[in-house]
Amino acid sequence: MKIHEYQAKKLLADRGVAVPRGFAATTAAEAGAAFAKLGVGIAVVKAQIHAGGRGKGRFAGAEDGPGGVQLVRSKAEAEAASQRMLGKKLRTIQTGPEGQEVRCVWVEEGSAIARELYLGIAVDRAVGAPVMMVSTEGGMEIEKVAEEHPEKILKARVHPIWGLRTHQARTLAYGLGLSHDQVPKAVPFFQALAKAFLDLDCSIAEINPLVVTKSGDLIALDAKINFDSNALFRHPDVVALRDEAEEDPKEVEASRFDLSYIALDGNIGCMVNGAGLAMATMDTIKLHGGEPANFLDVGGGATTEKVTAAFKILLSDPKVKGVLVNIFGGIMKCDTIAQGVITAAREVKIQVPLVVRLEGTNVEKGKQLLEQSDVKIIPASSLDEAAAKICAAVR
Amino acid sequence: MAIWITENTKVLCQGFTGKNGTFHSEQALAYGTKMVGGVTPGKGGTTHLGLPVFDTMAQAVKATGAEASVIYVPAAFAAEAILEAVEAEVGLIVCITEGIPVLDMARVREAMKGSSSRLIGPNCPGIITPGAGKGCKIGIMPAYIHKPGTIGVVSRSGTLTYEAVWQLTSLGIGQSTCVGIGGDPINGTNFIDCLRAFNDDPATEGMIMIGEIGGSAEEEAAAFIQSHVKKPVVGFIAGATAPAGRRMGHAGAIISGGKGAAQDKIAALQRAGVRVAENPSVLGLRMQELLAARGMAPAR
Repeated sequence: MKIHEYQAKKLLADRGVAVPRGFAATTAAEAGAAFAKLGVGIAVVKAQIHAGGRGKGRFAGAEDGPGGVQLVRSKAEAEAASQRMLGKKLRTIQTGPEGQEVRCVWVEEGSAIARELYLGIAVDRAVGAPVMMVSTEGGMEIEKVAEEHPEKILKARVHPIWGLRTHQARTLAYGLGLSHDQVPKAVPFFQALAKAFLDLDCSIAEINPLVVTKSGDLIALDAKINFDSNALFRHPDVVALRDEAEEDPKEVEASRFDLSYIALDGNIGCMVNGAGLAMATMDTIKLHGGEPANFLDVGGGATTEKVTAAFKILLSDPKVKGVLVNIFGGIMKCDTIAQGVITAAREVKIQVPLVVRLEGTNVEKGKQLLEQSDVKIIPASSLDEAAAKICAAVR
Repeated sequence: MAIWITENTKVLCQGFTGKNGTFHSEQALAYGTKMVGGVTPGKGGTTHLGLPVFDTMAQAVKATGAEASVIYVPAAFAAEAILEAVEAEVGLIVCITEGIPVLDMARVREAMKGSSSRLIGPNCPGIITPGAGKGCKIGIMPAYIHKPGTIGVVSRSGTLTYEAVWQLTSLGIGQSTCVGIGGDPINGTNFIDCLRAFNDDPATEGMIMIGEIGGSAEEEAAAFIQSHVKKPVVGFIAGATAPAGRRMGHAGAIISGGKGAAQDKIAALQRAGVRVAENPSVLGLRMQELLAARGMAPAR
């Protein structure tokens, strides 16, 4: 689960990480008032969307205009800047060509920047624990640094029970070339971020850039936090920060039914049980020259209700010109699934070609049910055949 | 012969009296698995499915001499259940539970350092050594798709494993042991553990390895195969068409920072001499071809 920058900064500030002072605003008037409250000469107005690259991003209809991060020097400028952002769609390298509508801006005090560093934590599966990464290349995409200058990234394993040890934080701080008076400020900063990561069950916590100010202080100029969705049950305060307006409505609907759905660009809707088989089904469609419209895992124990919900989500995508259902019934019986498909297809009045491949427990009974139903179904007996048939049907 | 479990392995079930524990224990018993009891705190002293129920793993292991335990405990409590099994010194712990927080698994891995227990999973279908009449099934895989034989199967995915196993069985090729290692980013047993065991198992003549995008486990497995494995290996990597940065159902299945793409994994496996199936529908066929080339084609 993702949250906005201003929410991340609040969570981190509450846990001892230094962040610039600021206020969130949803109208230009609020943004102007925020500038006045800050009482500083320079502030920054930042568009709040769940995507990076905002500074270099541009607003739809104002491609030559300023981006999603603007410096302002007066109340009037703060109002004007937020006016240009609120209600507009911001396109960045992470949003795709459609862009994302800005509903909120964050107005924070300007910082006198001496150095820009990178600080981040993510779970490293090879290590089996979270790993803190720091780099002198602040403000850049860390993936790019990792590719071009891996030697410029320093790492420390964050012990999942102890957290980041003082000596580890010190080693990282000296590795960044911080001075003797800056290191004692960096150590608690790094440790506070590591503690927040563990306490909040984060999957990513990134401060990019981490700024050393001209007065020698460290401050989080940006903050990005993603959370482990499996751990949300123990963090109701984090769940309260969820902003569904930022998510794909089909993915939101799918999560309500505990379906794993990801929208893609093709025109063949897929419904499969199991994540690995779902990916393999997408791959097979592509082998036959088709393009999947989505990834959809109905899970191991799909019910008629779930299958119906899945169908509705698939068909709500106007790009979908055909649907492939691929179920390997194990514990789940094929006749149960067949009944679910028939009920769902009737209920949603499916208008596009529907290929169904069933295998596993009670497969004969399942196939018989499909044959006898009034729903028009193109049956297939293997994954390969099913993919070939749906690709031919949408062509 | 097989790896890690045989028809004589004594198995406990944690979360025994719950819906999943009950259903899958019944299935396991029907397959001939030597279930010896289960644990549900608060229900100790009762009987379930004709087997004793205990309050703690310590009591259960002491009373039954169990060598393996299967966990059907809900995600919020599953890490605790694994740790309880580790404390009770159970040799093989199979965790089926899906959706365990990743930091819980990081802590479990930390706690298991120095332990002699083997963990399979979490978020996996389990492990099965097929038997004629009597086999050992620890997990949720459908029993009937399996057939005793000589091919070892290891996979990160559940239903895709069924797909491969079913293709083998339909071609008349049986399996020595099938292991689902699970789709989570931090898990217990990995590909290399399984490949090493299959390579050392005299009853295993070939292996199928099914990986997916994300992480570098498949690349590490490829390096191991190249230097150690002499038996024929067929591979498949799911997610060749997955876009970068999106998590494909499994928490571990994500291409990020240019790492974990299917093409790199396929290339690594091919360099190691693995016959990579271009299409998941021909996994069984490719195995049959490799066996035939070595004069080991099984009788139909």
